[in-house]
Formats: sequence, C-alpha cells, structure tokens
Amino acid sequence: MNLAYSKEYEDFRAETRAFLEHHHARFPKPYGGGRPSAEMMEWQKLLIENGYAARTIPREYGGYGAEPDILKSRIIAEEFTRAKAPTGLAGQGISMLVPTLLEVGSEEQKRKYIAPTLRGEIIWCQGYSEPGAGSDLASLQTRGVEVENDFVINGQKIWTSTAQSADMIFCLVRTEAERAKHQGISYILFSMKTPGIEVRPLKTMTGNAEFNEVFFTDVRVPQDNVVGGRGQGWSVANATLKHERGMLGDPNAANTRLQAIIDLMREETVDGQRLMDNPVLRDRLMQLQGRVLAMQFHGLRLLTASATGDDIGLARLIVKLEGCELNHQLAAFAIDALGELGVLYTDSPHLRANGFWQRAYMFDLGLIIGGGTAQIQKNIIAERGLGMPREPKLMKG
Amino acid sequence: MEFALSQDQKMMQESVSRTLDRVCSLDRVREAADANGFAEDVWLALVELGIPGLLIPEQFGGVGLKLLDAALVSEALGRHVAPVPFVASCVMAPLALLHAGSAQQQSQWLPKLASGEITAGIAVAEQIAGAREGSGITAQNGKLSGKAMFVMDFDDAGLFIVADRESKLHLVDAAASGLTESPLTTIDLTRSVGELIFSDVEAEPLAHGNAFVAVRDAGWTMLAADTLGAGWQMIEKAVEYSRERKQFDRVIGSFQAVKHLCAEMAAELEPGRSLVWYAAHAFDVIPSDASLSAAHAKSYLSEIGRFVARTSTEVHGGIGITDLLGLHYWFKRIGLNRQLLGGPERVRHLAAAMQGFA
Repeated sequence: MNLAYSKEYEDFRAETRAFLEHHHARFPKPYGGGRPSAEMMEWQKLLIENGYAARTIPREYGGYGAEPDILKSRIIAEEFTRAKAPTGLAGQGISMLVPTLLEVGSEEQKRKYIAPTLRGEIIWCQGYSEPGAGSDLASLQTRGVEVENDFVINGQKIWTSTAQSADMIFCLVRTEAERAKHQGISYILFSMKTPGIEVRPLKTMTGNAEFNEVFFTDVRVPQDNVVGGRGQGWSVANATLKHERGMLGDPNAANTRLQAIIDLMREETVDGQRLMDNPVLRDRLMQLQGRVLAMQFHGLRLLTASATGDDIGLARLIVKLEGCELNHQLAAFAIDALGELGVLYTDSPHLRANGFWQRAYMFDLGLIIGGGTAQIQKNIIAERGLGMPREPKLMKG
Repeated sequence: MEFALSQDQKMMQESVSRTLDRVCSLDRVREAADANGFAEDVWLALVELGIPGLLIPEQFGGVGLKLLDAALVSEALGRHVAPVPFVASCVMAPLALLHAGSAQQQSQWLPKLASGEITAGIAVAEQIAGAREGSGITAQNGKLSGKAMFVMDFDDAGLFIVADRESKLHLVDAAASGLTESPLTTIDLTRSVGELIFSDVEAEPLAHGNAFVAVRDAGWTMLAADTLGAGWQMIEKAVEYSRERKQFDRVIGSFQAVKHLCAEMAAELEPGRSLVWYAAHAFDVIPSDASLSAAHAKSYLSEIGRFVARTSTEVHGGIGITDLLGLHYWFKRIGLNRQLLGGPERVRHLAAAMQGFA
C-alpha cells in the first residue's frame, strides 16, 4: 500500500499542469456531444499532439502512440478536472468504435476510420438496441439481405444518441437469418447519409431528445464494411460493451456531485437555518459521503489491479451497478435538500444550478437502465462473480 | 501508487486464515459460546502467530506491524466469529500505551500484552457513544470514580485503559482495590463486554501525548474490518446454500429473486473493503484523513453489515433462523459491532463535526 506517486509520475503531473496553464487561453467551451466546434477540433488536435487525448492509439492511426499506463491516464484526468480544462472529444466513436476496430478491425478499416474519428471529422452513432431487443440484445431483428456484394438493410434501432448529427453508424444487423440467434449477427459500418435512413428524435422525461429512433428502409451498404467477419457481430459487440460499462461508473463524477451538495447545504437556508444545520439532512449527507469515499477507494483498487494485472474478479463487476446508483442517489438527495426549490425546472425564476439536479435525477435513471440494466448487472455479479447457476431455459411451446 | 495488499500481507492473511480454519470451527465457537465466550486454544494459536503483539514494536517483544495488518487479522477473526479478545486487547490498548505511555509504563505492560500473558480491556464507550444511566468517569488526584459501561475485551483482563470525562486515558490494574467488575450479556456470545464501577481506584494517567483519538479511530476501523469478514462469510454461506437447496425442482440459486439478493449483498459489501484498507492505511500514513475515513468505515460497514446479516439469513429460509445452523453467530457478531463505539448515526454525527459541518 503506497498512495504516493513515484518521481516519474510526479514529473508527468507537473508537465501536464504546465501544459494546461500554458494553454489556458485556448480552452474551448466544454463539448456537449454531437458535432464539435472548430475551436474544439483545434483543441483536440493539440491534445493528441501532446499525448493528452488518443494517448495509447498507435501513431500510424492518428494517435499519440504511448504505451498504456493507467496511472498516467488517471493523472491526466485529475489534472484536467483540477484546471477545469475540457478533455478531448469523447462520444461513442472514440470511446467504443475505436477500441473495437483496434481489437478486431481489418487494416483497411483501421486506416480509413480511426484517424478522422479521433480528429472529430467523423461522428458516429451506435445502432444496437431495438424496440424488441433491449436486455436480450441478441434477439435483434434488423435484417441485412445479401444482394450482389452488398447488404440491403431493413429494420429499426432505438436509443441511438447523436444519430441526428452522426456521419456514420456502427450497427448490429442480422445477416445470417438461418443461423442461431448469437451466430447470425454482423457488425457493420455505414454512412448515415445512405438513402433509406430516417432519424426521428426521441424526447425523454427530461424534456430533451437525448436519443433517437433510426429507421432503415432498403438501405444498401457494401459488405466490405463488416467488422470482424460475417456472423461475428455478437462477439465484436461484446468487446464494445466492455468499454461502455467501464465508462458508465466514474467515481470522480460522484465526488464532484458530493462537493456541489456540500456547497449547496452551506449556502441555502430554510427559515433562516442553513441546510447543513438540519441534522436529518446532515446525516443523509454523511451516508452519501461514506458511499462516495468507498467507491473512490474502490476505484483506486481497480486502478492498481489494472496496472499490475491482478485478477480481482467480482470487484470489477459491481462498478456499473454501484456507480450509477450512487450518482442517482446524490441527485435525489440534492433535490430533497432543496425542497420545493428542487422541483423548479427549465427557465423558472429561483431555479438552482440551471436545473442540473432534476435533469440528472431523470437522465441517470436512463443510465441505470442503459448499458445493461441494474437487473442484468445483478445476474452478471451473481453468475460470474459468485458462481451462482444460470436460470434454466424455458421449454419452447 | 499502489492500492493493494503487499505479498507479506497476503501471506500473513493466509496463515491467520489457515490457523483459524483449523482451530476455530463452528463447533468450537458453539462450545465456547455455551461456556464463557472464550476459546483458550484459539487464543493460544493466535499467540503462537504473534497476533497479540502485532502492533507492538520488537523491543517490547512484538512484531511491529501496522494497522492495515491488524485490519486483515480483524477481518479473519470476524469471518471465523472467533471467541477471543482482539480489538481492545491487541489493538486499542497497545496503541494507547504506544501513543501516550511513559517509557516505564510501556516497558511494564507492552511485553506482557505482546506475549499474551495478560489481556487488556478498554473503557471508552462513554466518550464515543455517549453516557448511559449516569455512566462516566471522573479523575481526581490520581484516582478514578464512577461507572464505565460496555468495556470491551472485559473478561479476565489484567489491565484496563479507561477514558475519563475529558477523554484523558488512564491505566488501571485489574487487581486495584475499589474496582468492581460485572459482566454484561450481549446478543454476541463470542466476545466479552462488561461494566466497571470505580470508587477511588488508583490509576496512572497516560500523559505523554493524547491517544484518545487514535485509539477511537483504530477501534472503529477494527470493528469495521470484523464486520467485513463476518459479512463476506455470510454471503458465501448464502451462495453455497442456494446452490444446494432445491425447491420447485431447481436449486434456489437459479432463481433471480435469490440471485439478486446475493448480488446486492456482494455489490454493497465489497467497496467497504477499500474503505477499511484506506482507513487503516491512513491511520499510519495519512494522518489528515485518518479520523474521517475511520468514521466512514465504521458507519458504512455497520449499515451494509446489517443488510447482509438479515439478507443472508433470508436466503437460507427457515433453517437460517435456527440455532442448529449457527448462522446467528455471524448475525449477532455484526449486530454487536454496529453498536460498539457508537452506532452509525452517532459516528456520522462525529464525522460531520470533524469537517466543521456540525
């Protein structure tokens, strides 16, 4: 146990800090998803050149080409947060497609797509879920029928964020209708400008359309665009989901929320009494602080295990479930602490934090459901983490 | 940066677990609980491993390890519901002497504690959990008067460390005149708790520093670690049972209703391990974080411990509440840990006060 960083890492931290101080004037507005602004793309270019974005992506594909070093990645994240500097571009292309292409893409696919994706020139969306295929994703019905060297695709996707501004989609399509459920799927890349694609915004309870529905009618795409081989889409997609689940339970987000709640409880008053002086609210705050600390230290443990290659089994499987739940609980508590001010929304007078807490409370419920519902997570923890038996398959008919 | 156990720590953990697997079976626990709550053979096996002197420097016959090592031992003892003194005798009392004892006091008592020749009880409950029924100790002219309740590692202690109303610590020889000992019977028959009545009892102040906070923080962390071990044992027992027990022609562990209970227990308890590790590590290395992380370890494990204790029992169904199965030893151990040195609400109030929130 040693929580200090060695000299190499302290030097790296100092370097990162100096870089951010030097370029402070160039910080763009934070990236909210969709198509990046010109200044954001410039920032991204600068970050890649200096190894603060696309750090471990090989140079030949437009990355910085550093050896993976999880501690350095962590230091970068910490220093960017500290300096309130916008991180590089995120989004599903960079966080999910790029790692997948690196793992299973053809050389041609890597050369063609990775670099422009990193630069923010190609924006991607993910075509996985369907109205009838949620937790049971492998039952998806969007079909690709072989016509000459192409597939002709018909069907519907849902929960497709950024589809309205995306250039390309990575999409799961049933191309081998005669094969078993998991063996009949292909992972296909194609342009969102292909004729026959219709995008309809999907407004959620937050009042915004964070997602879309995407309809395919005789969409013809070349077979060359299959990643990892025909019928291999399920295992390719699982490689991607692994990246997504790591992304959804960030303990730093919880700590940021906790600090904001502490500030709020010191500033806001009811009957002239600070919220912090209300013992019931204070006890709830302390319960949440305990949980945030536990998940933060748990994060340090996972970080160490990733760096040393130690197998810590179950400890990793709980992050999505616990992390998303904790963020949601923090938002819920902030609303309770604010009381009736907590229900003000959109542009109301007296609105606090631009309505962040209500929006987060509602949006986070989507995160608890998306990327593998809490119930699916519990199945995974029980079966893979604790070795409990799978549910027996129901007999057909 | 490394947040993990060292090779030495893993080996120590291994050897304590192996020893306890051998000497501290459920049958042995039951036998001790039915007698006086102390398993001498288990204690002697721990003495053999140097556990009483774990935190005591080598010059006094100990091993000179750190609180994180002690947390691993505490976890193993909780896992085995071991009927032996530990939290007060092997951790809190030696730390009190090390942090605030004079050279003379240290050389008089530490070797005896390290060798297991005597054990020590600790009477600090009033200054952490609060005074009950008029309890509290007054120190005047080197003599103590009053009542101390919920004294930990009480039975057969040769030495008591006692906090007065100002949280100053004192050494009291168990044989001192004017001291009346009476045991308290708790739900947990694997550890001894009692009450001391002082009427003008001769005492020596531990005056070479202020040890109270360190003793409290270490106690919180040890109780949290004990619950971590006991809780994981309860989860494993639930999982094991659910893989064997059949109803409706299926093992009950294949029902999602049961699986999800087990997943929830594991998902909630496991982050508590990191909290215990951090609190123990901070105690020795990051003093500014020590008290807050110890308080949170105590509070978190108390809350999750209760959830695990009742949920594991439920997974077992009717057999879970029987004496025959013996699961209740863990249930009760977790129950006692929750209230000792302050229940979670009390500890969280103290955590808030530490940060200037209360």
